Amino acid sequence: MSDAAALRCRSLVKRYDPGVVAVDGLDLEVAVGECFGLLGPNGAGKTTTVEILEGLLDPTAGDVEVLGMRWATDERALRERLGVSLQETHLPDRLSVGEILTLFRSFFARGTDPDEVLRAVSLEEKKSAWYSKLSGGQKQRLAVACALVGDPELLFLDEPTTGLDPQSRLQLWDVIESFKKGGGTVVMTTHYMDEAERLCDRVGVVDHGKLIALGTPRDLIASLGGQEVIEVTLVAGALDEAVVAGLPGVHGVRHVAGGFALAADPLHVALPALVDHLRASGHTLERLSTRHATLEDVFVALTGRLLRD
Amino acid sequence: MTEGPSPRSALAELTLARFRLFFREPSALFWTFGFPVVLAVALGVAFRNRPPEPVQVAVEDDGGAGTARARQTTAALQSDQVRVTVEDATSARADLRGGKVTLVVTPGDPRRYRYDETRPQARLARLLVDDRLQRAEGRRDPTPVADERVTEPGARYIDFLVPGLLGMTLMSSSMWGIGYLIVELRAKKLVKRMLATPMRKGDFLLSFVVMRALFVLIEVPVLVTFGWLAFGVRVEGSVVLVLAVALLGALSFAGLGLLVASRAQNTQTVGGLMNLVMMPMFVGSGVFFSSGNFPDAAQPFLRALPLTALNDALRAVINQGASAQTIARPMVVLGLWGVASFAAALRLFLWR
Repeated sequence: MSDAAALRCRSLVKRYDPGVVAVDGLDLEVAVGECFGLLGPNGAGKTTTVEILEGLLDPTAGDVEVLGMRWATDERALRERLGVSLQETHLPDRLSVGEILTLFRSFFARGTDPDEVLRAVSLEEKKSAWYSKLSGGQKQRLAVACALVGDPELLFLDEPTTGLDPQSRLQLWDVIESFKKGGGTVVMTTHYMDEAERLCDRVGVVDHGKLIALGTPRDLIASLGGQEVIEVTLVAGALDEAVVAGLPGVHGVRHVAGGFALAADPLHVALPALVDHLRASGHTLERLSTRHATLEDVFVALTGRLLRD
Repeated sequence: MTEGPSPRSALAELTLARFRLFFREPSALFWTFGFPVVLAVALGVAFRNRPPEPVQVAVEDDGGAGTARARQTTAALQSDQVRVTVEDATSARADLRGGKVTLVVTPGDPRRYRYDETRPQARLARLLVDDRLQRAEGRRDPTPVADERVTEPGARYIDFLVPGLLGMTLMSSSMWGIGYLIVELRAKKLVKRMLATPMRKGDFLLSFVVMRALFVLIEVPVLVTFGWLAFGVRVEGSVVLVLAVALLGALSFAGLGLLVASRAQNTQTVGGLMNLVMMPMFVGSGVFFSSGNFPDAAQPFLRALPLTALNDALRAVINQGASAQTIARPMVVLGLWGVASFAAALRLFLWR
């Protein structure tokens, strides 16, 4: 990629003592202004990777370069330009939203007025409320606000919406999108595929500490061979997978819980062919549905497992 | 993006946050201000000056001819200082074993005193009873005596106690206030979160020290004023010197608190470590009774403890009006503890 990389890492390895390898030779490059998502199930090594990139963990091996600088030599200068939101932070219960934000602002030589950040995350009305009185979504938006108050060029978000209700997730997505619009670079982890598809320009799928796929959400979905998925459940018996896979418009068949999922494209060719085949082979349908393929399907196709297993 | 109004320094903001958190935590307020006051009141009441307890004495009366003599003895003894019961031999001895009386008198020739010699109270009863009986029987003292009883402020138990409580409070509020807070912040991953900003580590640690120093300016006047108003405990020496001693003590214990908290991952661990460090000093450093009561062999060790040094210096200034020069030794001991523990804490501190 170009020289305008916000972040580069090569052959990143993190090994914990009793032979546990959390990160196993990871290469990444994130361009300035890009929103990059690390996807993977719990325990895939996403948080370890991000914390190494954030300079909070030392890698066992490998090379990290952030905004053209290195942690070993430029830590303070780097910290001035980064915003970090950890996966789990309990801010002090008995400090108010405004007090917490002012505190974090004071750590940075230059930054954004706390009131302005509060507006950006829609917490103006909670300015004098204690942290302990906030809802989960409000706490998470405050955590992101603490990352934004230093006016960062690069924002790290580790599972920013895990455990939040749909409304809170949407609010947080708005915050992240407006940061992107301002020209900021985002590196985030998530195990929500819809989140990655909505926010990320590119995603890297991580499993067992390795990058198993990298690209735009659209490209990754396209790599399945079909943009659409047909899910079929039969009353009895099983599909002849070899025959079904050979039907026009069908690009792949796999077992899913209770039935089969077909990668299909175009749908208007695959669907009639499938119905004809079912009729000819005497199967009775219990259920048939179609939907757009998602990154979830990509993950299942790559690993044979569901993301949230 | 805008710069906003010029922000206060990180150190000022961190210190402000410590203060806010402290005053919003009722239990912390109680342990710092309420507890020492409650303790001083309780102990002040328990050890208030009052007439000495009368000694409890039993006079044996086995009936018959002895009864007249027992009556005579009882009459000679009965007074403010001696409370007498007349009993038969069996019940008198039972009362002696049970501690209801400290001395049993058997009238006769010779008169017998039965008591436990290892109990100071019993020896006192023996002297008192014998003195009264001998006088009643006509003994005269070769030299007349006059008693002067000491009850004036400055020499009472409460005068000894208040500086000790002040020292103890400075120790426990510094240690808990810093150690517990840091470990809680670490357990909540807030230390890690702050480390992900350009915050200086020194500012973070220094904010605790500044908070302690400022707190001494509240804590010490509150307790000293309470001691003066409630018990008439006066500061004989310079109030400024008391503050200076307290400040050095608080900073020294702040260092110890940092050291204890430097690696602990959860509040249970740090609580145990705190008690391990503080318990020997509660007992051995002369908070409630003089550390001089311990054997000579233990003295060099006890005098090297920071709380002993702090209590010695506080008592010297508050009770005896000592000058800065006379308390140089305990001040040096405190200073060394402070410097050494800070240095060790900085090296050991677990940031991530």
